Amino acid sequence: MNLRVLQPGLLDTVQDAGRHGYQHLGINPGGVMDRIGMYVANSLVGNDPAEAVIELHFPAAAFLLDAPAMIALSGADLGAMVNDQPVPINRPLVVSGQSVLRFTRPVSGACGYLAIRHGLALDSWLGSYSTHLPAGAGGFGGRALQKNDVVPLRLATSYNAVLRQQQVAELPWTAGTGELYGAADRIHITEGSGFALLNAHAQEQLTTSSFAVAPQSDRMGFRLQGPPLKTEHKAELLSAGVPLGTIQLLPNGQLIVLMADHQITGGYPRVAHVITVDQPTLAQLRPRQELRFAMIAPDTAEELLWQQEQRLLFLQNACKLRLEEWLSHYGLH
Amino acid sequence: MRNTTFSIAPLGDSAIMIEWEQRISPIIHAQVMQAFHHLQSLQQPYITDLIPAYASLAVCYDAAQIRQAVKRPARAWITSFITQALQEAGASTAAALPGRSLEIPVCYHPSLAPDLATMAQQKGLSEEAMVALHTATTYTVYMLGFLPGFPYMGTVDAQLVTPRLKQPRTQVPAGSVGIAGEQTGIYPLPSPGGWNIIGRTPLRMFDANRADPCYCRPGDQVRFVPVSLEAFTKLLS
Repeated sequence: MNLRVLQPGLLDTVQDAGRHGYQHLGINPGGVMDRIGMYVANSLVGNDPAEAVIELHFPAAAFLLDAPAMIALSGADLGAMVNDQPVPINRPLVVSGQSVLRFTRPVSGACGYLAIRHGLALDSWLGSYSTHLPAGAGGFGGRALQKNDVVPLRLATSYNAVLRQQQVAELPWTAGTGELYGAADRIHITEGSGFALLNAHAQEQLTTSSFAVAPQSDRMGFRLQGPPLKTEHKAELLSAGVPLGTIQLLPNGQLIVLMADHQITGGYPRVAHVITVDQPTLAQLRPRQELRFAMIAPDTAEELLWQQEQRLLFLQNACKLRLEEWLSHYGLH
Repeated sequence: MRNTTFSIAPLGDSAIMIEWEQRISPIIHAQVMQAFHHLQSLQQPYITDLIPAYASLAVCYDAAQIRQAVKRPARAWITSFITQALQEAGASTAAALPGRSLEIPVCYHPSLAPDLATMAQQKGLSEEAMVALHTATTYTVYMLGFLPGFPYMGTVDAQLVTPRLKQPRTQVPAGSVGIAGEQTGIYPLPSPGGWNIIGRTPLRMFDANRADPCYCRPGDQVRFVPVSLEAFTKLLS
């Protein structure tokens, strides 16, 4: 049972929740850009929420599933079609063998996630399936998916009773993700140590100005286009560890937000940090889309994180119950 | 770690930053490494990553897991955990774990050292004198970053200090040894880069298939040993 790449996309990689515990060796965690997308797609098909998924960017790859499978798409809506029939995101789908899955248009969001029930049969590297492109390790051969790649799947199930001659069956429930994402005009941040270096006007501009995601943004970082932020005085900083979501001030006054494949250390002022809860909302913005920042206290950020975690757990449990009920109805597991 | 002061501040909502006096010094770095080793030895499962650098240690943690387990705000908990751990480390009379001593062969042949001649000319030194200066110092690996296994080492002799290239190269070969400011480093993988390249090591600084993929660790003491082009080629195979 395999997933074959019929046509490659812009950047389709295997990702999971990231490779943790090796940053002191210069090995960055990587992982999905939008952890909610991964979490929801996996939950819908009954996988562990952090199971390896395929992250897709438009134009995304076309795949052939050579055996019947249960799949789910989440994150960006990239106009998915199974055998030329449009299929929704955030819903479990059962597809027949020899189905072609392709993505026709970027409807909303930037990073799509494809989860397949029981997961991908790949080897992990340092405890993670995330693709580390510079290291050429993890994921599928340490690289983005290319034409004719064959990604083996863990387990085949017969869904004949479900499909009954159909090519796609949509399971009768949808994961509501509305409350999980925030709004682009209110990306919450907490103060960084470099905030104090900004002059009073720039401190104000950080939360009153509109910024646009620059076209040269990628999985490493989102460059923002906005008013140049001025510092009170020039600071020479020693390089230090920088986590996901750190907003660095470049010498030209522009900002860069560190995304999934970011470098581990940086020497630019850390003016602020995008809160964990809003990182997926930011990750789903496309080049030229605009955003605004809203400053909150670190304790509030943690409170929001806790609430999001509860919502995700609730969603996972709800998916699990529906799926178990549905599977047992068809005598599947 | 006695009589040393550090500060702890939030670094986003899932990490905190421990900072010592902000300067490049082997003494300060030894304190960073002592804290790093001590925290690592505690194997606290909620701590997901430790990132030591010149004069700081970033501690990444799983806020949701902590909150779930201790039923109170994660940041307050981790801050007191770290403060206590660092006090323990500071109170212990045990000497800090010394870094490993590594000898790294480097070939300074012009064919592998595109910037050596230019630098020598700028500084009014012979290429031999440049190599002698580069190999005379035992360097501390202050941190790894930029690429997996890329060691930031310091500090080079004042005569070798050179700013980064104005125009970074699009491709620097793996093993290239460079100088940027007062630091020296080794590209573990082929990569674009702006360091002044003065030689190349035949060692594989990074190999994903090794149990220890990265050749260097933070705190290592590194000495460069000059080798001929013949020896370099031999060692490569």
